Amino acid sequence: MIWNETKECMSRDELAAMQGKRLQKQVERIYHNVEFYRKKMQQAGVEPADIETVEDIVKLPFTTYEDLRNNYPYGLLAVPRQEIVRVHASSGTTGKPKVLCYTRRDIDIWSECVARAMSMAGITRDDIIQVGYGYGLFTGGLGAHYGAENLGAMVIPMSTGNTKKLIDMMIDCEVTAIACTPSYLLHVAEALEEQELVDKVKLKCAVCGAEPWTDAMRDQIEKRLNIKAYDIYGLTEIMGPGVACDCGYHKGLHIFEDHFLPEIIDPDTLEEKAHGELGELCITTLTKEGMPLLRYRTRDLTSLEYGQCECGRTMARIQRFKGRSDDMLVIRGVNVFPSQVEHALLTVAGTTPNYFITVDRVNNNDTFDVAIEVEERFFSDEIRKLEKLRSDVEDAIHQTVGIKAKVKLVEPNALPHSEGKTKHVEDKRKLS
Amino acid sequence: MLVKQVSIFLENRPGTLDEALKILKDANINMEGLALADTSEFGVMRIIVDKPDEAKQAMKSAGYTSIVNEVIAVELQPEVGYLAGVVKKISSAGVNIEYMYAAPSKDSAAKMIIKTDDAEKAQEALK
Ligand SMILES: [Zn+2]
Repeated sequence: MIWNETKECMSRDELAAMQGKRLQKQVERIYHNVEFYRKKMQQAGVEPADIETVEDIVKLPFTTYEDLRNNYPYGLLAVPRQEIVRVHASSGTTGKPKVLCYTRRDIDIWSECVARAMSMAGITRDDIIQVGYGYGLFTGGLGAHYGAENLGAMVIPMSTGNTKKLIDMMIDCEVTAIACTPSYLLHVAEALEEQELVDKVKLKCAVCGAEPWTDAMRDQIEKRLNIKAYDIYGLTEIMGPGVACDCGYHKGLHIFEDHFLPEIIDPDTLEEKAHGELGELCITTLTKEGMPLLRYRTRDLTSLEYGQCECGRTMARIQRFKGRSDDMLVIRGVNVFPSQVEHALLTVAGTTPNYFITVDRVNNNDTFDVAIEVEERFFSDEIRKLEKLRSDVEDAIHQTVGIKAKVKLVEPNALPHSEGKTKHVEDKRKLS
Repeated sequence: MLVKQVSIFLENRPGTLDEALKILKDANINMEGLALADTSEFGVMRIIVDKPDEAKQAMKSAGYTSIVNEVIAVELQPEVGYLAGVVKKISSAGVNIEYMYAAPSKDSAAKMIIKTDDAEKAQEALK
């Protein structure tokens, strides 16, 4: 089912005209209301009048996550603070979150986009959906919740952390759809299999996102639970889940281009890539009021497919993500930066010892291991103190990053020493 | 009396202890006492040696993390309940014993090495 056929299936020409108009209006508003962008545009020698069509996007400056951090918390607001009705946040590089502000209309558009995404998965008002994303500053829970309500489905706001209850309610309430991370859904599948409850479940589809996953994982989810699984994409900076979603043809994720203008650029030269070429995805929010972003660099490497899809939608499709253009790791759906780990080490040990992060996927769960070289400064002859150091570091990482790491103390020189920061990380997860 | 103890951080994997002992031997360090404390992942080797600062330097050059600190050494007397008495004196003074181990000596009585949370107070209590 197509939730908004007029928009999702509009001709590319109509769409480009609409995007051009929206971009023009958005830039005009941003230029006058956001000092940060006004200065950036002045530096680049661009004025709102220079933006006439959607192609003029290339004249505009980029936005990075550092810009969000530097303007924390309200620096990028394009409306008076009173217009903001909701705030979400995502983890930043130094422990300070990136705060994102939504007006009532922003929430409405978000709910519209999530409803479109869930419709792609075949969810309708007849469905009973469990939202198994965290509710709170993270956009997953509330984003999926409002979208599903907008769709008219019955929403069970499970949040995370209680698999037993989720399974009980899934069976008792005859749940037909679920929104959660793919790795968590596999965990649920495992629990159902162990208790031989798979047959008791009425689930028919899942909308999974917030972390990269593979076709192999989709196959497993679909086979083991006998359901259809769909990939939903989003990022807090832009809105949250629902920026794009894949339809039943699984030929890439349709990005809702009437609200989000996608571009693929070369992360080094910042030049626009040709259609179909691999590069970094940048998104301009065409309709966002609270905190609109121009050419936000997502750091996600992908390509865009513009041909019409068999499902009838004309919206471009984001192809499989090839990784990150920088050192950010997505672990269990959470953005993790090595610098956050450094920050945590600094708070505990008073210094940043040599460390090494290993990320892997074991039994469909992301593992997050941090090895620290024991230096004289914080070494002790007492095991108790060393154990305390280890658990203090674990706590500090949990506090800074938002997820738990397994910390291991190792001998000096046990880890690779190098100049580049990227050598502190090994991601063993295979995402082919 | 207070003696210098060298503590060395070791990972819990085969061969680490051999390696550490070889480094000390090559540096001509004479060992009087040794105790290992470990967890499933790492351990601490505590040693009483004739040249503690040289031992530390040797370990450091070989890439190991070590520290030198002072611990209490009590000569054990050949009488029943002697050690119990020592422990009682320390604990009665309100001092906690972190760990202890025996260090045999070839030319004098065996020593008990005791690490407390307050070496001075413990020394006082033992006088
Ligand atoms: Zn499609």
